[in-house]
Amino acid sequence: MARFVDLTLNGVSNGMIYAAVALSLVLIWRATRIVNFAQGGMLMITTFIASSVIGSSGSYWLGFAVALASGLVLGAVVERLLIRRVADGPALNAVIVALGLLVLLQALAGMIWGGTPRSFEPAFSIRGYFIGGRHVLFGPMDSFTVLAVLGVAVLLWLLFQRTSIGLQMRASAFAPAVARLQGVRVGNMLTLGWALAALCGSLAGLLVAPAVFVGPNNFDPILVFGFTAAVIGGLDSPVGGVIGGLVLGLVLSYVAGYWGSAMVNLSALFVLIAVLMVRPEGLFATRAARRI
Amino acid sequence: MTFARNLAIAVALGVAAYLLSISLSPFDNLRLASMAYYFVALAGLTVLTGLSGQISLGHGALMAVGAYTSAILISRDGWALVPALVAATVVTALVGVLVGVVSARLRGPYLAGATLAFAVGLPGLADKYPHAFGGENGLTVNPPIAPTSLGANFPLERWEAWIACGCALVTFVVLAGLARGRVGRSLRALRDDDVAAQLAGVDVGRLRVLAFVVSAGCAGLAGAAFVAVTQIAAPGAFQLALSLSLLTGIVLGGLGSLWGALWGAAALVLLPSWSDDIAHSLSLSGDVQANLPLAIYGVVLIGVIMAAPTGLQGLVRRLSHVVRGRLFKPEEESA
Amino acid sequence: MTRSIGRTALVASAAAGLVAFAGCGGGGGSSASAPGVTKTSVTIGSHQPLTGPAAPGYSEIAPASKAFFAYLNSQGGINGRKINYIYKDDGYNPTNTVNVVRQLVLQNKVFAIFNGLGTPTHTKVVPFLTAEKVPDLFVASGCPCWDDGGKQPETFGWQPSYQIEGKLLGNYIKQKFPGKKVGVFYQDDDFGQGGLAGLKEEISSQIVSAQSYQPGGTNVAPQITAIQKAGADILVDFTIPAYTAIGQLTAFKVGYKPQLVVSNVGIDPTTVGGLLKEFSKGKADTALIEGALTDSYLPPTTDLSNPWIALFKKIHDQYDAKAPFDGNVEYGMAAAYTFAQALKAAGSNPTRASLVAAVEKGGFTGPGVVPFRFSGSQHGGYAGVQIAQVKSGAITPIGPAQVTDPGNGPIKPYTTKQPDPASGGIVKP
Repeated sequence: MARFVDLTLNGVSNGMIYAAVALSLVLIWRATRIVNFAQGGMLMITTFIASSVIGSSGSYWLGFAVALASGLVLGAVVERLLIRRVADGPALNAVIVALGLLVLLQALAGMIWGGTPRSFEPAFSIRGYFIGGRHVLFGPMDSFTVLAVLGVAVLLWLLFQRTSIGLQMRASAFAPAVARLQGVRVGNMLTLGWALAALCGSLAGLLVAPAVFVGPNNFDPILVFGFTAAVIGGLDSPVGGVIGGLVLGLVLSYVAGYWGSAMVNLSALFVLIAVLMVRPEGLFATRAARRI
Repeated sequence: MTFARNLAIAVALGVAAYLLSISLSPFDNLRLASMAYYFVALAGLTVLTGLSGQISLGHGALMAVGAYTSAILISRDGWALVPALVAATVVTALVGVLVGVVSARLRGPYLAGATLAFAVGLPGLADKYPHAFGGENGLTVNPPIAPTSLGANFPLERWEAWIACGCALVTFVVLAGLARGRVGRSLRALRDDDVAAQLAGVDVGRLRVLAFVVSAGCAGLAGAAFVAVTQIAAPGAFQLALSLSLLTGIVLGGLGSLWGALWGAAALVLLPSWSDDIAHSLSLSGDVQANLPLAIYGVVLIGVIMAAPTGLQGLVRRLSHVVRGRLFKPEEESA
Repeated sequence: MTRSIGRTALVASAAAGLVAFAGCGGGGGSSASAPGVTKTSVTIGSHQPLTGPAAPGYSEIAPASKAFFAYLNSQGGINGRKINYIYKDDGYNPTNTVNVVRQLVLQNKVFAIFNGLGTPTHTKVVPFLTAEKVPDLFVASGCPCWDDGGKQPETFGWQPSYQIEGKLLGNYIKQKFPGKKVGVFYQDDDFGQGGLAGLKEEISSQIVSAQSYQPGGTNVAPQITAIQKAGADILVDFTIPAYTAIGQLTAFKVGYKPQLVVSNVGIDPTTVGGLLKEFSKGKADTALIEGALTDSYLPPTTDLSNPWIALFKKIHDQYDAKAPFDGNVEYGMAAAYTFAQALKAAGSNPTRASLVAAVEKGGFTGPGVVPFRFSGSQHGGYAGVQIAQVKSGAITPIGPAQVTDPGNGPIKPYTTKQPDPASGGIVKP
């Protein structure tokens, strides 16, 4: 029983990281209908920036803030300079540009900061809470992770559902021509979407960096599972992204605990297929009238 | 008529490949062989993605299926080369049936996600069943031996190039015929408007699966040719990066076109080695030097797609239209 | 018809042009039995993970070897020849390994392959090197599979095999911690499996849990907690430094404090301490591995009174100053020294055959604290290790050097002291 509890807690804290990455992918999909493979590279760069700021200033929260801010800037810049040029063409072109950007960002990180992974400070203690005579596999850092990601998800929900900007962003994604006619600055909304998505990604990077260390390739597995989580939950749905992340985190933890580490990647596939067979557009797909 | 034309083109390409193979150095013959097996994989993938509109991020894993199949048959069961190539194609095509059936209901990024999970998950089987698949080290096969009729000292690299180019030519003939025929037209109809296609009587579900099967078979043959050329089948060779490279190759080369697959194959082999050469010709500090080839690769990828959204084949076509415009009347054609 | 044939010709000639253009490359010529050897130079090649997930740490090895060769060259080289070391990035992908090794042999025409890194990568080029009769010296991997003089006459290991390491660590645990429960956390490949096999030869009855991880996986909590739950008092890590660190962080999280025993591959305090730095806040970076038992076959990098370390540090400061002076740098330089010894012993007109014969003759002594297992049939590398412990963040030998074989052979102490660097006649410190 204790093992089951430990694995569940482990699954929740990992799942929240996948959820954060999934949220950023969902945001970009909703805004521009593109799968952003460069997300892992972007959050890696902002985490490196945070690491440098923390190192030189000594303040964790300053680095935290700078990472989030640079995420906003990086997302906006990428959208304006790169994605804008290819978004109107064939869908795959944007995917390839994103892949090229990912490779470029990893190479640049290697050049600037070197390939040796660095240690990254956790926001709070990683030691597990002392419950029932032992330290469980969940500590203050994990609580912070869960709360931060849930908080961002709620804020995004509020933004999209309750604010005018959110409405404009939704309109720009679904019906850009009509939105323009209504006076919406569609281009700015797309940029905003990418900026917010990069912010979510930066958060994910900051939360997971203590456990995986900061290096050019260290965030790749997180991106793969984040994308899987987004697909499980439905690329249109931020709630889906969070639920998808949790489901995936839990399943992978149980598989690693009861079956062995070699099957973890393959089980992600099984979960994905199982969900997509029943709901081909993810758990929380919007059943809007679409062409079948 | 069409078949004869495709055959003629194939013969011409075959002659070109032959001439290349006898004049290139051994190492360059290896590069030719690499381009050939990449072409086989890319040709299948471009039929799937370019013609039927289904994105697959998992074709690297399908290549692994073909590679391991032929490696096991050759090294453990003593099969000869050609039967092993055929078996690898068939086995992978059967896996393609499975993947195709599962994927038939999925669209766009959901299909991409499912195939991505497949690409990431499949190499784990090598570690889970190390006795069958050799674990992290994978399998090694003996180099293919050229038939004695070619002479005792026939260079190994040239023979490997011939094997791979042979597979490429067969693939070209088969897929060119497929693409121009009824199947190809139905696939294009499916890609452009699947509702209309269904109304016109196209069996959408079966066609989707067929596209997967064809592309999987090609990937399997490519994997088997890979084993013939490199003599290895290991999980490290079939990571996600390979699947992403294949996708990059078909877009760079020109989606939906066999010539595009050829350009893509050349790019996949030559681009990394050019960026390597550039990096080494400048003497820079260690970290910058080691990462420069990757940075160049990324920049070129972004640059080419932005400058030539229809890929290199699109560029070639525009160029040839311009040239032909001066010589003949411009004609409508689809490659 | 004309159109498509014309286009075909265009494509074919373009392809030919591309391939030919890209294929320019030459190798300095020399004789057939000694390619890569001229009157004034010897060219050797290697494949290394300079980029990618396997690069951290290992990417320091080849530049360190190159630095050592640069120092040697400044003193005139070996038998009047400078050593020209070309190493290429394979990103730990066996396909790239095959390609770059073929390029090194066929295009760059290297005399020998030196210190090729990695088991899944290097095993894929051994058949080619054996067929081409290229000396394959001092593979940078502890796989017992290099030790096969019969089927792989060109290939020689260098570091102690993982199985020997496991056996000697297990033997030490058996003597100092009899009856205690042992848990093993290991990488799911030759490295971890070899180490586990060696451990089982000695302490099979004491092992209560053996958990593996996939390199690249990020979550090891299920494995560490399983070992904790089995009640292991001793945790043996056959891990690379990143996973030693992650394992210790997880153990810290759940308040698990076993006696740690770590393979020499995963213990370098500079590397592991660097990864744990931000968790230590005020305490030593290496606090989480303090007191860990390990093994070594070279002198500790912190022992500047050792003449080899002094020499390596001098070379490092002059030719490789950007890298930290850690176990990886020492590894690269020590392996380079062994190659220099082999080259010198190969004679004033070395050929590939004379190089291989020189290594099989063996008898090399140098910075290692144990001898090599080199003979006609044995191509194994260092024959043993010395048990050591991390004290105040530095690796400190605590027991005698011991030698054995990967099988059931006995464990014997080795008491001969290291020679002085100047005595080998290779290098002037």
